[in-house]
Amino acid sequence: MDTLDKKILNRIQTGFPVEERPFLTIGNEFGIGEEEALRRVRRLKEEGIIRRIGASFDSRKLGFDSTLVAIKVPEERIDEVVLLINEYKEVTHNYLRDNDYNIWFTLIAPSGERIKEIIEEISSKSGITEIRNLPLTRFFKVNVDLNFRDDGD
Amino acid sequence: MKGYFQKKKMIEEIDKRIIRELQGDIPLEKSPFAVIAGRIGISEEELLKRAKSYLDKGYMRKFGAILLHREAGFKANGMGVWDVPAGDVQRVGEIMASFSEVSHCYERPSFADWPYNLFTMIHSESEDGCHEIAERISRATGIKRYKLLFSTKEFKKTSMEYF
Repeated sequence: MDTLDKKILNRIQTGFPVEERPFLTIGNEFGIGEEEALRRVRRLKEEGIIRRIGASFDSRKLGFDSTLVAIKVPEERIDEVVLLINEYKEVTHNYLRDNDYNIWFTLIAPSGERIKEIIEEISSKSGITEIRNLPLTRFFKVNVDLNFRDDGD
Repeated sequence: MKGYFQKKKMIEEIDKRIIRELQGDIPLEKSPFAVIAGRIGISEEELLKRAKSYLDKGYMRKFGAILLHREAGFKANGMGVWDVPAGDVQRVGEIMASFSEVSHCYERPSFADWPYNLFTMIHSESEDGCHEIAERISRATGIKRYKLLFSTKEFKKTSMEYF
């Protein structure tokens, strides 16, 4: 990645132009032209730095509910319980974390009822009762854009 | 809480088809929206108009590039959990949200054996970097009781597919 790549990444993370010729706009902004802008973005995608370019929707505004769930899983049962959790397409993220409640996953579903149902199913199928539903009660921030400093590298 | 779309029954079949396409990945071509409009069977103009209106109304938080943090050099992410007195949550949450290294900041329920009610996702190049940021947040807010939970394994990371 060179300085220009980082500048392009900062630009298209915040907002990719929703226009007929987005790469022409980006190319003009950086004085490199449409072809070069497209070539650089394709390369950043091939290198795996860009996961995707697309929309991030506000699940609540689309009528969906979401939550964070923490569950206390015995060490020797982690693989098995993770399989059970990941089976649900409503589970979008799932991590092992260094804590007694060691598995943390996020759920997005069309209703709060469905979320409760999934948590109860995971609890009853695994036999684990130490499971906590942690829905957000106040929102302060979501911004997953990474800020690349212009450090000349 | 039901969303605006659902309450007003404003989400039409055509919006669902557009959302299904836009939640994916655009083709890396000179006119990506023309290609997507072709798949849906509407004009490019109609697609651009609707996409911009989702942004204006906040249904779409952003249209842009999603990066793979690890490949981009942000190798560590720590979930900061903070024990904040109920009456102080608004002030502290706003300060935490103002840190550029904090991607998510939410209040969540606490329990007798889990006093931590504010959650922040902290990103840095290393775990030490996350600890330093958490210390700065602690000094800026005066909240001293906190933990930083690092993800030691990623089991799943996907984008939500609506509709």
